[in-house]
Amino acid sequence: MLEVKGVWKTFNAGTVNEKTALRGVDLTLNDGDFVTVIGGNGAGKSTLLNAVAGVWPVDQGTITIDGTDVTKLSEHKRAKYIGRVFQDPMMGTAASMQIDENLALAARRGKGRGLRAGIAAAERRSYRELLATLDLGLEERLTSKVGLLSGGQRQALTLLMATLQKPKLLLLDEHTAALDPKTAAKVLETTEKIVSADRLTTLMITHNMRDAIAHGNRLVMMYDGRVVIDVSGEEKRKLTVEELLAKFSQVSGSDEADDKLLLG
Amino acid sequence: MNPVALLNAMPGAISQGLIWGIMAIGVYITYKILDVADLTVDGTMCLGGAVFIMATMAGMPAAVALLLAFVSGLLAGLATGVFHTVCGIPAILSGILTQLALYSVNLRVMGKSNQPINASNYDLMVSSRNVKNLALNNPLFVVGVTVILVIVILYWFFGTELGSSLRATGSNSAMARAQGINTNFTTVLGLMLSNGMVALSSALLAQYQGFADVSMGRGAIVIGLAAVIIGEVLLGRVFRNFALKLLSVVIGSIIYYVVYQLVIGSKLLSGDDMKLVTALIVALFLAVPYWKGKYFNKPGKKEVARNA
Repeated sequence: MLEVKGVWKTFNAGTVNEKTALRGVDLTLNDGDFVTVIGGNGAGKSTLLNAVAGVWPVDQGTITIDGTDVTKLSEHKRAKYIGRVFQDPMMGTAASMQIDENLALAARRGKGRGLRAGIAAAERRSYRELLATLDLGLEERLTSKVGLLSGGQRQALTLLMATLQKPKLLLLDEHTAALDPKTAAKVLETTEKIVSADRLTTLMITHNMRDAIAHGNRLVMMYDGRVVIDVSGEEKRKLTVEELLAKFSQVSGSDEADDKLLLG
Repeated sequence: MNPVALLNAMPGAISQGLIWGIMAIGVYITYKILDVADLTVDGTMCLGGAVFIMATMAGMPAAVALLLAFVSGLLAGLATGVFHTVCGIPAILSGILTQLALYSVNLRVMGKSNQPINASNYDLMVSSRNVKNLALNNPLFVVGVTVILVIVILYWFFGTELGSSLRATGSNSAMARAQGINTNFTTVLGLMLSNGMVALSSALLAQYQGFADVSMGRGAIVIGLAAVIIGEVLLGRVFRNFALKLLSVVIGSIIYYVVYQLVIGSKLLSGDDMKLVTALIVALFLAVPYWKGKYFNKPGKKEVARNA
């Protein structure tokens, strides 16, 4: 479904702040894969997601989604294939617009936007039902401005928006990192529910090794701009935090894989 | 001061407020909806009038001249939009560039720095000489109807898919792109629409005052901001609906011109001082929210309001 081949990305090339964030990343996701991505700060996790989403062009390599080479496509054109939830709860929604208006925007992802009504009456009814599944009481607040919602509510809403038009690929960029533990657990639970219901091909970055092991059918670890560990199936199911740490030390050739670095 | 003279000046002040209100709606589109401070308007506020007058003097009917003026505004917005999105120049600088370029364009269009038009010789839509007529050609009526039409059309447009994507771009451009919105396109479209409104206002103003002048738009952006702010401060809590918000901008503009008339009538200040006063008032109102956040931020309030 997703094929990342030899992707390189250097920021601020030629300056003192030069930073090569991706050093030839290769990663292939099969249809229905739910891949969790872990790695320390600066390992290139978010850079990889942004490269796939097309936030900026990559220096080298190709990105293919469901057989379409999207390497040269701009961010808004790629949005046709991709649903995204950001780390910052403020980033995924339009604060000054209503809940139903945000959903209506998401419902038109990948479609032309003309002079038809921005939101139809029938849509509102379906959004009410959809919001009820979140169990956050948002179905009663359809016309509230999104800016009035809590971080957790906004992430849950963003998740709905990202999957309203079933995406070929769902990108979750540490989408629970900014939430308190209880809310984070709830949003993760919702994520699991939505991903498994639609069998969405998903790439989820997390700082939390336990979450990375508990969720998905495959786990990828990044280090210094490369994918260094890739486990799936039975091996992934039996994986423990200790084993993962040991693997990491082995690959990175150092013992900096302490809890501080990886558990955030 | 003479209260009768002051009362006599009111219809004129309100007419001007209505005309500038359309310009202020243009400023509202960029400043409030698109979240861009567009300085093109200072140039466009002359361009529309210049184009209208020259087209009228060339024998075109008023409706056609008005349409041409509107199109000239669209093009001015397009220029700023291209500077900003295609050339990557910051929005505020893009506006300044177009504004400067328009100074030359306006002189070219008019052939001189001031171009009068005589309402007796041409069939104009509004003129200050009719401001006390109890007839359909009273500018209060003509511009009032125009304002209502503009608000109705914009209300409809911003409710469409395209209009919603424009609002989303201003609210959160990263989110807009993630939802497949071409934010470069919507930004250019918003700038065009805004300057189209400004040019429309300019065309009406040129007719009303009987001339277009190369400096008639100087400080227009600040007057527009003043109108937006006055409307928001006075009516922001009452007017929640989008159409009413646009109306509050026009009311803000009318209040600005009524106060302007009062200040000048009272002889406390001359008309020459008004730009200084306006700038200081706008600066004050822009500073208040910042000061509020900085010095009166109540800790803990956010957590209470945002329990998940």
